[in-house]
Amino acid sequence: MELLLIFIIGLLHSAGIYMLLRRSMFKMIIGLILLGNGVNLLIFLLGKLVKGHPPVIDESAKVFSEIYADPLPQALILTAIVIGFGLQSFAIILIKRVYKVLGTDDLDELNSTDEEI
Amino acid sequence: MSNIWIISPIIFQLASAVVLLFLWSFTKVQKILSLLLTLFGLGIAIWIFILVYHQGIQVTQAGNWSAPFGITFVADAFAVTLVLLTAIAGFAVSVFSFGSISEERLKFGYYPMLHFLLMGLQGAFLTGDIFNLYVWFEVIIISSFVLITIGGKKAQLEGAIKYVALNLLASVFFLIGIAFLYGLTGSLNMADLAIIVQKIENRGLVNVTASLFLVAFGIKSAVFPLYFWLPASYHTPPPAVAAIFGGLLTKVGVYAMVRTFTLIFVGDEFLGIVLSVMAALTILSGGLGALYHEHIGKIFGYFIICHIGFMMAGLGMMTEMAIVGTIFYLIHDIIVKTNLFMVSGLILKINGTQNIKALGGMYTSYPLLSLLMAIPLFSLVGIPPLSGFWAKIFFIQGGLEASEYALVAFVILGSFLTLWVIGKVWAEVFWKPGINLPVKANGIYFNELGKKEQWAYVLPIIFLSMISLYIGFWAENIIVLAKQIAGELMDPSLYIETVLGLKNIKS
Repeated sequence: MELLLIFIIGLLHSAGIYMLLRRSMFKMIIGLILLGNGVNLLIFLLGKLVKGHPPVIDESAKVFSEIYADPLPQALILTAIVIGFGLQSFAIILIKRVYKVLGTDDLDELNSTDEEI
Repeated sequence: MSNIWIISPIIFQLASAVVLLFLWSFTKVQKILSLLLTLFGLGIAIWIFILVYHQGIQVTQAGNWSAPFGITFVADAFAVTLVLLTAIAGFAVSVFSFGSISEERLKFGYYPMLHFLLMGLQGAFLTGDIFNLYVWFEVIIISSFVLITIGGKKAQLEGAIKYVALNLLASVFFLIGIAFLYGLTGSLNMADLAIIVQKIENRGLVNVTASLFLVAFGIKSAVFPLYFWLPASYHTPPPAVAAIFGGLLTKVGVYAMVRTFTLIFVGDEFLGIVLSVMAALTILSGGLGALYHEHIGKIFGYFIICHIGFMMAGLGMMTEMAIVGTIFYLIHDIIVKTNLFMVSGLILKINGTQNIKALGGMYTSYPLLSLLMAIPLFSLVGIPPLSGFWAKIFFIQGGLEASEYALVAFVILGSFLTLWVIGKVWAEVFWKPGINLPVKANGIYFNELGKKEQWAYVLPIIFLSMISLYIGFWAENIIVLAKQIAGELMDPSLYIETVLGLKNIKS
């Protein structure tokens, strides 16, 4: 399971970075989304995977008697997903707006702010 | 000391933002209300500051979950000082917005977003949990995204794309760093991390994690190889927005850097070298950039970068004296940079342009205003006894103590470049005889504004200039404060003990 996750995380990161390095704005945001998902899985992996042991105590038991899954990474990922979703939807709207105003999708043409006014 | 009231600045800003959201279409009411709310927020910040200054570090545990498990809010001297500075800058920008933000921006929720931004900033300063810090960073960037795009002119949108993309990338790096840190330690509480990270055997892995944090905070605070988004975007939004961005947003990155590199990743030689090299190159590239440009907004943008380098240099030297310099400079810089962007806004309003070649003759037409604007400009250079001067003494003294002669040379070079550029700006804008500028067709000039709006432009500049003068002339008070903060940062055992409720962990 760990090995599979490692490969998926690696794939998501490399694909995300590849897309980020393209010149198109649209591909840039896809790259950021892929990277964001890769990072969420990374948190999941580094929070140590435990199979089939939910962190729930029996009513009778006073302490944990066996190893259990850490619930915190899931809470972190949930937070990160929600935040990421909000930011990405904002970024997509912004890109659409920029495309309408400037009429280009090429990041290399967004250089008018670098010139002296 | 447990005290629930330390989160009151955050709650108050949240409540004010929500109230302002309900008044969505009543922009006139929003203007007045935001002014009163930021003034009241300033009062709260002063109260918290005095409380912590007299009673020491205050802690509150969210939901009463004891320390390493729940989210902790910590108000130590460093945090409350920055909360106070945020409140001061927030109040000044709210007053400045009164006259300078156009109706089309007000209609799309400018004021609520300003208050959300202030909430995020104060949350970031007060939190004691590294993941919570990430969440506050996201609150800050989402509100700043709205502020930078609102009113969508062409240049503004173009700047926004760069700003948004790089900040999203910084968040990704921050999150990777947190994932590594959690995998290494199993904890997110900064005080708890401070203890656990010290004990980790595999220093290589710790350094990798630290580097990820360095990249994330480096993008936020615009240091040498990662700053290119800043000069491309900071001159595009209206001056009031640029003022709050220039004054506070990059400084949150510096705050996070100072916090993590004095508390969690401490005393590593590799990191010290990386920080010093980045600091030196940041000073150099920021200074040279400022020298090259002719647009006032861009010059000030490069100054932000250059002076972030000073603060990083203090952090790189890692002696108590240098940290005192960093803290002092941070206090001085937030006030002065906010003020500078307001000054650039006033110059734009008076003349209709920000190009120093086209400007001129301000001193003959507005002598009193020119003298007022001289205060922030020359505080920035640090001509004694103005406020920038004192911090640099500590940098140089600290650098000589740590035998970091090259870094000291760069600090002096940076000051010299600042002096050169400010001298150039002063000569071109204020002393050079004026040229007749082409009249803007649709623009309203400063002298055509009503009395109220004119004062709304000038009062915040007077207010912040007075604070700058206070920092300069009563520097001994600020030095006492900076020394206390630096002492707490260099020996974090009190912080850790207070947060975790432990006794005597020094062993």
